[in-house]
Amino acid sequence: MSRSAAAVAAMLLLTACGGVGGPSRPAGESLTTMGFGLPDEIATVRVDAFKKAYPGVTVRINEGAFDEQAFLSAVASGNPPDVVYLARERLGSYAARGAIQPLDDCVSRESIPTGDFYPAARQQVRYDGHWYGIPEFSNSIVLIVNDRAARDAGIDPASVDTSDWDRLAELARKMTRTDGGKVERFGFNPKLPEFLPLWAKANGADLLSADGRTAGLDGPAVVEAMTYANRLVESQGGWKRLKAFVDTWDFFGARNPFAEDQVGMMLGEQFLVSSMAGTTPDVAITVLPFRGRDGQPVNLVGGNAWAVPKGARNPQAACRWMKTMTAAETWIAAARARQDKRTREGKVNIGTFTGNARADETIFGEIVRPSGKAPFDAAVRTIRAVQPAGFVVPQSPAAAEFRKAWEDAGTRVLLGGQKPADALGRAQAEAQKAIDGAAS
Amino acid sequence: MRPETRWAYVFVLPWLIGLVLFQLGPMLASLALSFTEYDLISSPEFAGTANYARMAQDPKVAVAIGNTVLYTALHVPLAITLALGLALMLNRIGGRGAGVFRTIFYLPSMTPYVAVGVLFLFLLNGQAGMVNQFLGLFGVEGPQWTTDPDWILPGIVLMSLWNLGSTTIILFAALRNVPAELAEAAMIDGAGAWARFRRITLPMISPALFFVVIINTIASLQMFDQVYAMFFGNQVTQQASGDSALFYVVYLFQQAFQFLHMGYASALAWVLFLVIALITLVQWKLGGRLVHYEAGERA
Repeated sequence: MSRSAAAVAAMLLLTACGGVGGPSRPAGESLTTMGFGLPDEIATVRVDAFKKAYPGVTVRINEGAFDEQAFLSAVASGNPPDVVYLARERLGSYAARGAIQPLDDCVSRESIPTGDFYPAARQQVRYDGHWYGIPEFSNSIVLIVNDRAARDAGIDPASVDTSDWDRLAELARKMTRTDGGKVERFGFNPKLPEFLPLWAKANGADLLSADGRTAGLDGPAVVEAMTYANRLVESQGGWKRLKAFVDTWDFFGARNPFAEDQVGMMLGEQFLVSSMAGTTPDVAITVLPFRGRDGQPVNLVGGNAWAVPKGARNPQAACRWMKTMTAAETWIAAARARQDKRTREGKVNIGTFTGNARADETIFGEIVRPSGKAPFDAAVRTIRAVQPAGFVVPQSPAAAEFRKAWEDAGTRVLLGGQKPADALGRAQAEAQKAIDGAAS
Repeated sequence: MRPETRWAYVFVLPWLIGLVLFQLGPMLASLALSFTEYDLISSPEFAGTANYARMAQDPKVAVAIGNTVLYTALHVPLAITLALGLALMLNRIGGRGAGVFRTIFYLPSMTPYVAVGVLFLFLLNGQAGMVNQFLGLFGVEGPQWTTDPDWILPGIVLMSLWNLGSTTIILFAALRNVPAELAEAAMIDGAGAWARFRRITLPMISPALFFVVIINTIASLQMFDQVYAMFFGNQVTQQASGDSALFYVVYLFQQAFQFLHMGYASALAWVLFLVIALITLVQWKLGGRLVHYEAGERA
């Protein structure tokens, strides 16, 4: 059976699942993107920079979030976009199967200054020794403390220290507030199972070997971290109750959980802080590093990347697009536009945290100015301070299955279906089997 | 061939072309794919019956089948009983009100499945959802419908009862065709309401009931949109339910597009097709004994 026939058949197999990359077009100086939108000046300024640098290239931006079904269908049918914008953690799976192209030629031909990128971002876009993506934003994880809840618990919010797990558990219990059967304040949301790699790292363990080939999900330090974080949740009312409570939160609105006093402390990406700066600039929070048990900051870094799909018709323009969109100068121009806009609106700006360390030096050294809102000005310093401590889960040929294995394990533990050691033992077997299968 | 026959084929041709191109062709191709290892990107590699053998050893398949069968067993009788109740009420309403109520009862069918899924995620929230608030009025502390594995499936069944419009309208149409003189004759003979319903109405609408049982069973076994929107739409929602909301087609979709195991997904799809065909056949055979056709023919 020919590959294209198989692809068409496979797409039609699931008739409920439509969508490909758009109508056929003649090859030429045009560039089609997927997974990228133009929601704000950070996007539009950079797109304008590309259009100005390459006026002969017609840019078609298919707005909307990355949709793996649409992406894979487009690649399989031979009608992919020229460049795709997706979560960096997905790159390994796609690279291993040849759905995206290695970018080594692109990087050398266009002299993309990869040394500008943060080491963690750099590591996350490489697979098997090759470049497969160019990193965009960089999301750091910090501890956000609700000052009111901390004071209710009799502690100075700035003194919260996550390296002492016994005291942290005690503080979580003190911050939790319930009324009858209802949770009114979640003392400390450890963000399990999503942040299991962070908890494991805080306990000195990695979920995956550096080469992405050996899972370490059932190691004693990982089991201990999962056991501890699960006990945290149990001691505050249990996952079923707490998750239902969390589902009612408006994370990005004026009634966010800190403004509404619904959470005592939470681990979260810095964009939550950025959002609060816009919606609730007077909220009383303290942003702190998440420290491992050795007292050192630990920061699980994430973000999106640009990649070029297999069969892209204009890889040269795609390469130039990626270079322009992630260049320090472009980021700086976008950050300046953001600062100007926020100043005009009288809003707090905590800056744009990019995957480009050189850009961030200028953005936070010259562009972002103290807002006068002490919690947010301090938050910027904290986020900048934890960036060097950034780490990532290495790319693996079965990244999606690997993630699913440990997330499912976490969910089984949280729901009381399995003990941490058993759940992680099963996850280890599932993950390693998937990695071995994908690598063979 | 007579000219009328030729013209009949001409008129049927567009449908035939569609059937071959978009239904039979892909089905046969997917059957071939089910014997291969295929990741959508590389060429398929023949794998014999490995995908079918793998299904037997995959614990998630058993979980997905269990959830889907339990859902079907709960949804189909409940949905048809409620829809029949609604249809009987509609049948008693005369005048202008009849059209209004028919429209109101059918409106939920117009709501997109994904929107219904998201809506019910809010309604069923154990902390602040309206369902538990309603139960609270009677002093009942509602369960955690969306986060407790024991209550997730009942919550999905509850949600599924939102959309009874099509079934109700089909049964209502059948009720309208029950000859009034039969009920009148039975009344004269002293038959009560229950006896008239059991001895006259039910047999007379049994072909319609048979039809809705079959289509509801097939739809239940293929349940996807609402559950996916509620529990698998993003990473955060996926973390809430574990495998409690893992329906068969959801798992099939995950294997195809999340893990790129298209050959395995094709095998899953074919097994589902065969199971549905088998169940429909059994229903058809049973229906032959239970369904009453006015003309005297039987299914």
